[in-house]
Amino acid sequence: MTSDRHDTGHFIEFDKVHLSLGGRTILDELNLSIPHGQVTAIMGPSGAGKTTLLRLITGQLKPDSGRVVVNGEVVSDMSTKALNQYRKNVGVLLQNGALFTDLTCFDNIALPLREHTKLPERLIRKIVLMKLHTVGLRGAAQMYPRELSGGMNRRIAMARAMAMDPRLMLYDEPFAGLDPISMGISLRLIRQVNEALNMTSLVVTHDINEVVKLAHLACIIAHGNVIAAASPDELFQSQEPLVAQFMQGLPDGPVAFHYPAPDLANDLLSGPSRHA
Amino acid sequence: MREGLVKIGRAVVFLGQLFSRVRATPLQARETLRQIYYAGARSLVIIVTCGFFVGLVLTLQTYDTLTRFGAADAASTVLALSLFRELGPVLTAILFAGRAGTSITAEIGLMRATEQLDAMDLMAIDPMERIVQPRFLASLIAVPALTVIFNLMALLGGIFFAVFVMGNDVISFWGNMQASVELGRDFLHGMGKAVGFGFLAAWLAVYFGWSARATSEGVALATTQTVIATAIAVLILDFVLSAFML
Repeated sequence: MTSDRHDTGHFIEFDKVHLSLGGRTILDELNLSIPHGQVTAIMGPSGAGKTTLLRLITGQLKPDSGRVVVNGEVVSDMSTKALNQYRKNVGVLLQNGALFTDLTCFDNIALPLREHTKLPERLIRKIVLMKLHTVGLRGAAQMYPRELSGGMNRRIAMARAMAMDPRLMLYDEPFAGLDPISMGISLRLIRQVNEALNMTSLVVTHDINEVVKLAHLACIIAHGNVIAAASPDELFQSQEPLVAQFMQGLPDGPVAFHYPAPDLANDLLSGPSRHA
Repeated sequence: MREGLVKIGRAVVFLGQLFSRVRATPLQARETLRQIYYAGARSLVIIVTCGFFVGLVLTLQTYDTLTRFGAADAASTVLALSLFRELGPVLTAILFAGRAGTSITAEIGLMRATEQLDAMDLMAIDPMERIVQPRFLASLIAVPALTVIFNLMALLGGIFFAVFVMGNDVISFWGNMQASVELGRDFLHGMGKAVGFGFLAAWLAVYFGWSARATSEGVALATTQTVIATAIAVLILDFVLSAFML
């Protein structure tokens, strides 16, 4: 990492970050601080920019203005070489796992180790088996992702994300589409791994009930900014209308149930040509 | 027209990026060999079958036509010249695009759609180097090699027809051909084309896969584009190379 250090006391710092995509403002002067060594949940309505936050942290996107500081370094200022070095310390679990389908589970996890280290194969084998054991799938080492369930694939992807023992783990919707058992396993793993490896974890999720069990800090993103950041319990007590709507899952409120449309009566009584 | 030029420009920029990141490591060599098996060896059935039948039908038509002019002896020469100079390289490249090019495009396109390329990028592994480069090199090597096999099978088909259907003897068939066909002027001329066509087939297959929209329609469109663009580009390049080589 070659860029200048900007120590802020937090592991991740969003400083007046503005980002527009396709002419639409996604993040508007957003400020957010993520503490070190904790699990932080990022929540918010669909399209609020949660995954965009992750993409800014990984350096896949650059802000139009403002800066994203991770462990004292400005991500958008990094050269390609520095960014690659930085990414070796960041584990990312993408929404569908994104395992390499032509590799076995073992080879999926071994890939970053073989690419980035000069470790002998027998040591790589030991590391991979330990990672697989952590996620409870050592017995599936020689199986291909297509032979496993969606939840198991997600766990293999998690083992791959932590193969290099990163300092930061990013989870994009880790509970989406999981059955209650798989969800419980994932929940426990995220918390355990974070504590055991002294990592900082950021979890983008919609599952409010899971957030309560998992996160030390929960942030709600809406209208391009952070509207609330507190412990999950405190958020449940919040009287702020948007926070209350989100935390209680109410169909209507500041976030309207209906997509903007003309008046219903006018729409029904008008001719078919309006929607032709 | 403008859109077409932009697309060609993007494909050229992509090629520049690909060349700028060429890396020769044991891992890359192993992966390239694996891809030669997938793209080349697995195309053998279609190449061998089509080559044999092209040889059969070409000899049939040539005998039929030349017999009217009392020149049936020249059938083997016509077969060899049309194969080595034109049909062998052109048909092999188009068959390769249909069999292996589409497979490469669909594979890379699906890797994009299922975020596998993103995952690789996030692990600080360059997908251009790890995924695209081995497939490109494998196709570049496979097309000329398959062209040789196609030519060989077509000659066998021709000999089969001449000997077992027309009742000619192998020695006169082969002797007539050998007397008129030159290695440098005819065979190597065709192999030069095969290298050029291999380059086109490889480039277009990886490019359309890489630039595919991350949806099922996007991947379907990209595979179709690979076949169409390769066929058109090969035929245009064939004309250009023939005009310069003759």
